[in-house]
Amino acid sequence: MTAIADIPEAPRAARRPQIGNPVLRWLRTNLFSSIPNGILSVVLLAVLAKAIFSFVQWGIANAVWLTPANDSSACRAVRGVGACWAIIPEKYRFILFGTYPFDEQWRPALAVLLFIGLFYLSSRRALWRRELAYLWIGALALISVLMWGGIFGLSFVSQDRWGGLPVTLILATFGLAFGFPLGILVALGRRSKLPAIRSLSVLYVELIRGVPLVSLLFMASVMFPLFMPNGFNIDKLLRAQVAIILFAGAYLAEVIRGGLQAVPRGQYEAADALGLSYWRKNRLIVLPQAIRHVIPPLVNTFIAFFKDTSLVLIIGIFDLLTTAKTAIIDPAWQQFSVEVYIFVAAIYFVFCFAMSRYSRSLEATSGR
Amino acid sequence: MTSDAPRPPPRRRFFGAFGRRELKGLFWQALVVGIAVAVIVFLWSNTVTNLSARRITTGFAFLGREAGMPIADSLLAYNPRDSYLWAFVVGIANTLRVAVIGIVLATILGTVIGISRLSANWLLSRLAAVYVETLRDIPLLLQLLFWYVLMQALPAARAAWRPIEGVFLSNRGLILPAIPIGTPQLWVLGTAMLGLVVCYVIRRRLIAQQMRDGKPRPAWPFVVGLLVVLPAAVSVLLGVAWTIEWPGLRGFNFVGGLTLAPEYFALLIALVTYTSAFIAEIVRSGIQSVPRGQWDAANALGLRRSFMLRQIILPQALRVIVPPMTSQYLNLSKNSSLAVAIGYQDVVSIANTTLNQTGQAIEAIALIMAVFLTISLGISFFMNWYNSRIALVER
Repeated sequence: MTAIADIPEAPRAARRPQIGNPVLRWLRTNLFSSIPNGILSVVLLAVLAKAIFSFVQWGIANAVWLTPANDSSACRAVRGVGACWAIIPEKYRFILFGTYPFDEQWRPALAVLLFIGLFYLSSRRALWRRELAYLWIGALALISVLMWGGIFGLSFVSQDRWGGLPVTLILATFGLAFGFPLGILVALGRRSKLPAIRSLSVLYVELIRGVPLVSLLFMASVMFPLFMPNGFNIDKLLRAQVAIILFAGAYLAEVIRGGLQAVPRGQYEAADALGLSYWRKNRLIVLPQAIRHVIPPLVNTFIAFFKDTSLVLIIGIFDLLTTAKTAIIDPAWQQFSVEVYIFVAAIYFVFCFAMSRYSRSLEATSGR
Repeated sequence: MTSDAPRPPPRRRFFGAFGRRELKGLFWQALVVGIAVAVIVFLWSNTVTNLSARRITTGFAFLGREAGMPIADSLLAYNPRDSYLWAFVVGIANTLRVAVIGIVLATILGTVIGISRLSANWLLSRLAAVYVETLRDIPLLLQLLFWYVLMQALPAARAAWRPIEGVFLSNRGLILPAIPIGTPQLWVLGTAMLGLVVCYVIRRRLIAQQMRDGKPRPAWPFVVGLLVVLPAAVSVLLGVAWTIEWPGLRGFNFVGGLTLAPEYFALLIALVTYTSAFIAEIVRSGIQSVPRGQWDAANALGLRRSFMLRQIILPQALRVIVPPMTSQYLNLSKNSSLAVAIGYQDVVSIANTTLNQTGQAIEAIALIMAVFLTISLGISFFMNWYNSRIALVER
């Protein structure tokens, strides 16, 4: 491999005069610091230029951007040489909202905006107070009203017609909202002095972490009816949601446990000395410090989790990825799945990238 | 709790040696265990009733029955008349085939990209950063579907791409030249494996001797002798023929060579590229965790670059790298279960088919769990052993 940037370069840098054109100087230090480095830069530039050129040719120059409704002949004409972005305006309502009644789709759209607002407010450090929990409860209730309807003059929409981005956000957010308290309880249980509670917590965490999410989802979709009394059945989406909550609980518990271990012993002892009960000790003294320690890894778990909700495709729940996959079943548009996947990947990317940037900024400021 | 002036009389203990605290603890445990047991009993009794209503007998007897499902791509010989048990074994082999090769490739690619991110070459480090950021922030399942679609869009067998002579890339997958391995070839390979183990033991001996008297002893004569000369000698003595089987196009399909089916190839690419992005970050942070003073000190001693990396930097970086790497390996093995989405028949996919055919849901899921718990335990065991070997020994 090439030289590693961490190696001290002081003697060489001193020999080199710091004058001349700043652009040339930048090029020299960053791309052509030595002969092998220079060759590498040239090769990389060539490959990059080729890649960008062919992408621009396929994705912009030869692409079809708009076609008359439900007519893919223009797209099929450029197949192989140009992208068919026209499939996005054609199908975006279905990809984003699935089979939600067409005229009512402003409701899931509003729900998505509410989710984004909720995430934004939760990321503001100044708002990390008790009120935030109330805000979450309020917002989630409002979203439920919007999605289901049935009151305030909104027509009722049953959840088997939900689909697309709102379903992805619902699975992720509710998974988090319920998985987080569960994770806290299990993490406390795993560190408890009571052997029965400790071993139950360990069993739960290790069992869930030991198997792939796919098999948990299968279990939720296939085995759940077997577990329940005859005639009792709950909706498929809810079952998947429960599986995701259980899954999230186990992973979040491990992250939170890391935070609990980082709280100094003296804090526990001081709380005991004040005569606080177990729950008050944890609620007032230990957990606030523990969670503060692990916020960056928590955000990373959220990202992983947000991506993992896409696995519900395998059990046939209409999340964003499933609607995308369904949209291209249409024979006229079948050949243009790459374009649809790129569109959906961009949506996932925006959410995950925002979260990962946020996690990094937290890491940078938490040291101070 | 507080120290009142007149001390209260010692509290009478109702239950012999148990204090209030212990009683409380017992109460909570009894409550939680009671709830857990109640839930399990409730679910179990429902399940038993439901199963008997559906005339499904519990137990693993179904494993002996004829599976009747086709498995397109497998390492082991299989035909639909074999038993479910054998179908499961084939599935496990398929899972391991993608997981083991995926782990090796992802480690190599991830290390290369992680080091590239630290490169002094601005362009290379930026490109590596873009790679990591993009792949990490897109769901694996989406990437998998994307690769699979690309595979299917490849030209047909007749018009296959030939990047190098003997290598074909078409919608039938990747076809490579193969070296047929039979019993005589296995003998040679076995000798080489044995040589590897002996090399390892000898190297440890040599290092131990060097620790005692400080004299460096070269290990390469042993390595060459045991890994090259000895297997070559065995090969010549036994008269083993090493032929290369070149694939060729016959009609509409390929004959000979090693075929990586499109499903397998797409799954492998998706798993390797996705996991390598995470491994790259681990490697980067591991190298960055080595204090600058260590680089300075090694430079000041005038050590050669390769020696410095191998003996000073890497051992320290590995301590940071290995524990998170374990969880990436576990993730990769578990993620291989996404195979079911594109129809590669790994153990989860076969369990799913079994479940649909026989209705033995509990047994099928239990088998999946058993397989993955075993894989997880195996990886954890190996990585813990490795970790304890490279861990810092203090005083």
